[in-house]
Amino acid sequence: MSDHIVPFKTYLGVFVALMILTFVTYAAAYENFGSHTLNVAIALGIAVTKATLVVLFFMHVKYSPRMVAVFVVVGFAWLALMIVGILTDYWTRGWIGQ
Amino acid sequence: MTSGSAAAPAHGHGHETAPHPRLMHHFDSLEQQKESSTLGMWTFLVTEIMFFGGLFLLYTVYRLQNPQAFAAASRELDVPLGLINTFVLIGSSFTMALGVHAAALGKRRAVVVWLLATVLLGSAFLGVKVVEYQHKFAHHLVPGPSFAPEHIEPELRRGAEVYFSLYFAMTGLHATHMILGIPVLLVLALLAHRGYFDRRYNTPIELFGLYWHFVDIVWIFLFPLLYLIDPRGH
Repeated sequence: MSDHIVPFKTYLGVFVALMILTFVTYAAAYENFGSHTLNVAIALGIAVTKATLVVLFFMHVKYSPRMVAVFVVVGFAWLALMIVGILTDYWTRGWIGQ
Repeated sequence: MTSGSAAAPAHGHGHETAPHPRLMHHFDSLEQQKESSTLGMWTFLVTEIMFFGGLFLLYTVYRLQNPQAFAAASRELDVPLGLINTFVLIGSSFTMALGVHAAALGKRRAVVVWLLATVLLGSAFLGVKVVEYQHKFAHHLVPGPSFAPEHIEPELRRGAEVYFSLYFAMTGLHATHMILGIPVLLVLALLAHRGYFDRRYNTPIELFGLYWHFVDIVWIFLFPLLYLIDPRGH
């Protein structure tokens, strides 16, 4: 298992990246990108990037046994499956009556 | 106890002189024990993903059904406070990561300092949350009979009430995780101070770090979804 010790520089780099991305999220919310959907996509894209940084480096998944990564991916995949599956109903329901 | 543990090999097939005092008898090595614990913690975190995931799903469905009400209600939140709190919470994740780092290096004092710094930042986050909640109560933004937002048009109030129900459910569940985490941090700091951990055995600190970072991730999504729906207005 990970006898690997993550260097301090890595933690610092991830921390700075997270702070910058937080500010970008904030600034982007006040910009008009033409469509509201694009604003949502940018906000979620940044959030997913930040979460990935936290999972890989702060939570050591990059340095952990493969089995840990499998658990993590499966966990989020199931969440995605639940949301996408339910939305195929709710999101499209309004289309029928039009 | 662990003299010369720096040079200890990662995988102990060999005949080590004395087993580490924290090695449970049903594990071959500390490494195997740690791997098992890590998988167990992640299994718990996967259930947490689904726990919060249900709320995120509800949020998505109701926001799609009430886009304008959600945007109007979102504008009632204090964005600067939310932004500061996001910085504070990411800061607490950083100090937590440094605590785990110090533990891996066997630096006892540094572990205590970083864990206490995490307690401090976590408490600051909760303090700001208290101020925000007070504001919601004062301005009749709490769902229920007294829900009466001044700045939201009457036809959007029903949807705004749904938004605030989700706001309190999600931030409340998130804050509950932090309120439960802080005493655990204090116990870990005390144990670290007493020399319970060393560079070969610090799994509880590492696993608590996973929990704390998970709570951070939840907030990374909550901040844009709750505070920044359409802050400019139209």
